[in-house]
Amino acid sequence: MSTSTPTPVGRQAPSVATPNQPPEGHSVSRHRLVLRRLVRKRVAMAGVVVLVGLFVFAFVGPSLSQWGYESQDFDAFLAPPSVRHWFGTTQIGQDVYVRAMRGLQKSLVIGLLVAVFSTGVAMVVGGCAGYFGGWVDRMLMWLVDLLLVLPAFLIIAVLSPGLRGRSWLWFVALLAGFSWMITARVVRGLALSLREREFVQAARFIGVPSVMIIFRHLLPNMSSFLITNATINVGGAVLAETGLSYFGFGVQPPDVSLGTLIVEGTPSALTYPWLFHFAAGLLILTVLAVSAVGDGLRDALDPHAGSGMTC
Amino acid sequence: MVGFLLRRFFNYLILILLAACVGYFLAASSLNPRVRFEERSAQPPPAVVDQALYALNLNDKTPIVTRFATWASGVVHGDLGKTVDGDLVVAELGQRVGVSLRLLLLGSVLGGVLGVLAGVVCAVKQYKLTDYSITLISFLLLATPVFLLAVLLKLGGLYVNQTAGATIFYYTGEYTPGLSGGWWRLATNRVQHLILPTLAVVLPSAAFYSRYQRSAMLDVLSSDFLRTAVAKGLRRRQALLWHGLRTALVPMVTFFAYQFGLLLISDAFVEKIFAWHGMGEWFIDSVASSDVNVVAAITLFAAVLLLLAGLVAELAYAVLDPRVRDR
Repeated sequence: MSTSTPTPVGRQAPSVATPNQPPEGHSVSRHRLVLRRLVRKRVAMAGVVVLVGLFVFAFVGPSLSQWGYESQDFDAFLAPPSVRHWFGTTQIGQDVYVRAMRGLQKSLVIGLLVAVFSTGVAMVVGGCAGYFGGWVDRMLMWLVDLLLVLPAFLIIAVLSPGLRGRSWLWFVALLAGFSWMITARVVRGLALSLREREFVQAARFIGVPSVMIIFRHLLPNMSSFLITNATINVGGAVLAETGLSYFGFGVQPPDVSLGTLIVEGTPSALTYPWLFHFAAGLLILTVLAVSAVGDGLRDALDPHAGSGMTC
Repeated sequence: MVGFLLRRFFNYLILILLAACVGYFLAASSLNPRVRFEERSAQPPPAVVDQALYALNLNDKTPIVTRFATWASGVVHGDLGKTVDGDLVVAELGQRVGVSLRLLLLGSVLGGVLGVLAGVVCAVKQYKLTDYSITLISFLLLATPVFLLAVLLKLGGLYVNQTAGATIFYYTGEYTPGLSGGWWRLATNRVQHLILPTLAVVLPSAAFYSRYQRSAMLDVLSSDFLRTAVAKGLRRRQALLWHGLRTALVPMVTFFAYQFGLLLISDAFVEKIFAWHGMGEWFIDSVASSDVNVVAAITLFAAVLLLLAGLVAELAYAVLDPRVRDR
């Protein structure tokens, strides 16, 4: 699978790389190595390009159009896509293109924030549980088990009446607060095995505080897992957000996301397809691109892991 | 072995109890049924509203702990309280559970079988056209949220019907109301209603399993014991089935319990979109109508289903992996 031409790892370092001083030169070349492996994956690179494109489009796109987000065109109700309105217009003459970009913006930002926060929580909880062990471990894992028995979707839906009239950041907090559990389990497992390694033992014996050990020694050593996981979680978060918004439990009216746009478009999916298909297509494209990048990252960071998508 | 299962069972049982309590407290503190009574067309006087809410154990002037105690003692006696309309929750639950279970059981079994098959085919035909196309389809399915898939299936069904000039797929409800005829006609009518919603549940979970099954099977394919099995004279197919697949199925079991939780959620979307009157639809409607007792009951139901899925996974572990049995 790996089309590995023998790449000289230490070529970038001009000085003679003696085996006795690995730290800096080694870490630089590892980053380069990972980058090189990633670039070689065509699917992953396509994913990166699509994602960057989507981000640029979402933020720059609306200003390319002459229509504002809230402006209405009274000459064109339910007009099909044209030069004037690239994605057509809605029942009250809003420009579908501008709205879709706006929704994409929100969905992407929510996806990113949720992935970052939930991975952060998982890092802290899993790291503490694995490193301290004993009753800390037992309590935290109980909490994880409990939250896994209560499906996050149900909880967020029940809490959603409290979201009305509040900022969408509360929604992000809720999503992140209920999506860290499985990652935390894996982090705990990794921490359990790292804890017994010599460099951690050494740090402990010379009196490095526990918090420092967790954040400076344990977590950096599982960074490849954390990065991959955060990437994959972006896709999951976007799906969760659109799903909840579909029922009105998520992003609330003045704001739009891809989820709310799809709900609005669904009844007219057959008669006025542009109301539905652009938002739906953007959503699928986003999640597909994220999972392609996640898969490529996993292969690049850990070439021995079983790969999901291969090419 | 039995002791191990019992320990797991008790662990789960405590979790369920806790989950049910958390579910009730969340629902009771977040949802406000009072508004629903106050907004009735002929606005009732406050005392009447209070009285009605009190009778349903929904009055927010009663401390939440007292309400919880009333609810919990009811649950112990098999009474899940009343809906905001004054009907018994248990009675309606009985009707709706069947609807959801039909969808969920078919969905999880078909999804699992289809996913495992697709994964094995992918692994055996690695880097061939079959592998690439199954991979592509499964990635597309995983990137499509259930509600979108359901809507697309509905549109597809509509298109097929129009092209064929006859109703092949139905997409509202479980059966055509008021249909008369022999059992054969009724049965086919039900199947016609069943196909699209079941597909909406089956396809995403099959895609999910197929990815993991593929990589598990690939690990097994390159293992020594499989080569040994072929070397001692088994046919390739036999070796793959009896030695390879059985080993590659073990890690799948872990995903089963997890996937079942996701299935419950997709159940809500599918029921809502295809107008099945099951648990998922009930949940969405009762959050909208601030029906605390119903939401608490459904949370309990979801937790119980997750427990059963967990137990099934443990049992399957024991069946597939002899080392677990000896514990």
